[in-house]
Amino acid sequence: MLEIIRRLGRQITNRLWRLGFASRFFLAIILHSGTSLRRLNLTLREIYFTGVLSLIIILVSGLFVGMVLGLQGYDTLQRYGSSEALGVLVALSLVRELGPVVAALLFASRAGSAITAEIGLMKATEQLSAMEMMAVDPIARVVAPRFWGGVISMPFLAALFSAMGVFGGYLVGVQLIGVDEGSFWAQMQASVDVREDVLNGVIKSFVFGVIVSWVAVFEGYDAEPTAEGVSGATTRTVVTSSLAILAADFVLTALMFRGT
Amino acid sequence: MSRTTIDLWVGFFVAIGIAALLFLALKVGNLSSTSSGETYALQARFDNIGGLKVRAAVKSAGVVVGRVSEINFDPEAYMAVVSMKVDGRYKFPKDTFATINTSGLLGEQYIGFEVGGDAEMLKAGEVIKKTQSAVVLEKLISQFMFSKAAESDGPK
Amino acid sequence: MVAHVAGIKIGHSARIPPFFIVQDPTLNQSPLVQISDLSFSYDSRPILTGINLSIPRGKVVAIMGSSGCGKTTTLRLIGGQLRPSSGEVRVDGKVVHALNGADLYAMRRRMGMLFQFGALFTDMSVYDNVAFQMREHTDLPEELIHDLVLMKLHAVGLRGAHHLMPSELSGGMARRVALARAIALDPMLIMYDEPFAGLDPISLSIVGELIRKLNDALGASSIVVTHDVQESLKIVDYVYFVSEGKIVAEGTAEEMKRSTAPYVHQFVCGEADGPVPFHYSAKTSYRAELMERDVRRGER
Repeated sequence: MLEIIRRLGRQITNRLWRLGFASRFFLAIILHSGTSLRRLNLTLREIYFTGVLSLIIILVSGLFVGMVLGLQGYDTLQRYGSSEALGVLVALSLVRELGPVVAALLFASRAGSAITAEIGLMKATEQLSAMEMMAVDPIARVVAPRFWGGVISMPFLAALFSAMGVFGGYLVGVQLIGVDEGSFWAQMQASVDVREDVLNGVIKSFVFGVIVSWVAVFEGYDAEPTAEGVSGATTRTVVTSSLAILAADFVLTALMFRGT
Repeated sequence: MSRTTIDLWVGFFVAIGIAALLFLALKVGNLSSTSSGETYALQARFDNIGGLKVRAAVKSAGVVVGRVSEINFDPEAYMAVVSMKVDGRYKFPKDTFATINTSGLLGEQYIGFEVGGDAEMLKAGEVIKKTQSAVVLEKLISQFMFSKAAESDGPK
Repeated sequence: MVAHVAGIKIGHSARIPPFFIVQDPTLNQSPLVQISDLSFSYDSRPILTGINLSIPRGKVVAIMGSSGCGKTTTLRLIGGQLRPSSGEVRVDGKVVHALNGADLYAMRRRMGMLFQFGALFTDMSVYDNVAFQMREHTDLPEELIHDLVLMKLHAVGLRGAHHLMPSELSGGMARRVALARAIALDPMLIMYDEPFAGLDPISLSIVGELIRKLNDALGASSIVVTHDVQESLKIVDYVYFVSEGKIVAEGTAEEMKRSTAPYVHQFVCGEADGPVPFHYSAKTSYRAELMERDVRRGER
């Protein structure tokens, strides 16, 4: 019994210790961001690896999610005789929720895990140590560009996901099922507000980008420098950032769309 | 991969990202239709606003001319005070009649302006005097039932 | 070369790159690295206790010992990546762990380190790996960096491999590229962490020779941490033997070869049993354990 309590206590202190270290690490990234912003090609490289290489998965998933929304939404809406509202349903659910959240989840498993594995391997093969011995701060040279690359890519990816999704909904709703094209777009435009919906969606995806990038670089930097350590850290990146995305989504939704 | 190829790809990525954002803003959202121009404030008091919400439309002759910006409760008169932002291009006479209407049977509620004949126009910040409250469905139904009941009682 | 350099702006470090200064190691007689009474423990587990050693200028010094005896830790303490629990490490007269961040980085620019498996940056070509420090720390124009990089690569015999990626190199080549990278800024102190580990005999003697030659050509001082006795005794001037966190023997290479001290003898001759026991210590002797097992079987 005492052993269980002791183990629980150790677990909790361990978690707290990690959280504290992660926060300190976040601060260090922000403080050392000068290099990655001054030497833009470092960050551009990371945007290429996190953003451009995630394009395919984001675009294809967005299209399919939009098409599913079109089918499901039409099925439900036509029971109430308001199938013209399909555009509203598809656009609002994508722009407000699915776009930022699903894109962030995909981003975490596609790019976040890659970042963690890369930094973890650099640590395991002593590349970070070597850099430190060459009087180059690895946080400024390796971690910060990857962090900013992720943060910059995320809103674009979420926007592309939403746009692709709306297009998918249009394909299924208008082209396949035959909802009136005019009312599809007109109702959508009448109900989707640029500031309330689109901008809030962008803010959400920015926050998710910070979360995923932070978790990914931290797990990589904190990984045990062994093969198991790196693979464990990669798994933790996906699990932790997915949970954090969903929790943050709840908080942000409560703050943004309360009362309207 | 050389640096220039990366630059090209990142440029492409950012360009289609911005295009997607513009698509969301212009085609999906209504940035193009909302006049970002001048607006002026009007107020109206209602006994009952029903389900009216902030950002609901203000329409005249079916055309959107403004939006509800704020809804407050006046604790002295026990009335709802609705503030509206109306497009600066449109002026309405002093005796304009503000009603709360419903689009469709169960649709969302909006404020309708029925224009009077006064020569003087409403100025910014003025209060519309003539208003009609929202039609509350339950009241309507109970009124209808009472009148039916009264009818059937009558002949006895 | 000096005239060529006069017109070039030297980087923000405001330090004249040492490749223009002919270092005469005999000018300054104080040792480059002086470690006194150094102890280090990790999570209350002692790694090093009461280490005293000095690295004279211009010499190649080996620190030898079996795996896990704290050799690498010593290098990290010299490089300021770890802080000692007690005692001090002086490099060029300065206490390393008392330096602030900027001064420590300034000192590290004058150190080169070869990591155990090279630790080349896997996402950069051989050329970029060697050019890394020049680009990070100096504002030298790209043409000059090009000349310097090829010069360094030529010194390790790999000028022709400058366009390869680290994944395309053999173990020995990777080690030599890492060596070229370590001497990129012509350091005053070069540290080698197990430079011979996992190399074939040819690569082994190439790396060994390079360590000696580069040290003498650059007028630097070198520390070689290794457990490869035969190869390192050929090239080093002085040897420290470390066992269980303590220095157990020291002397010149010749002295070590002839030494009769039991530990050194076991190590130099590579005997399986000796002061370093073959068996990991167990609670009871194997014989007693077997007997007890028989007794228990008999009871059943």
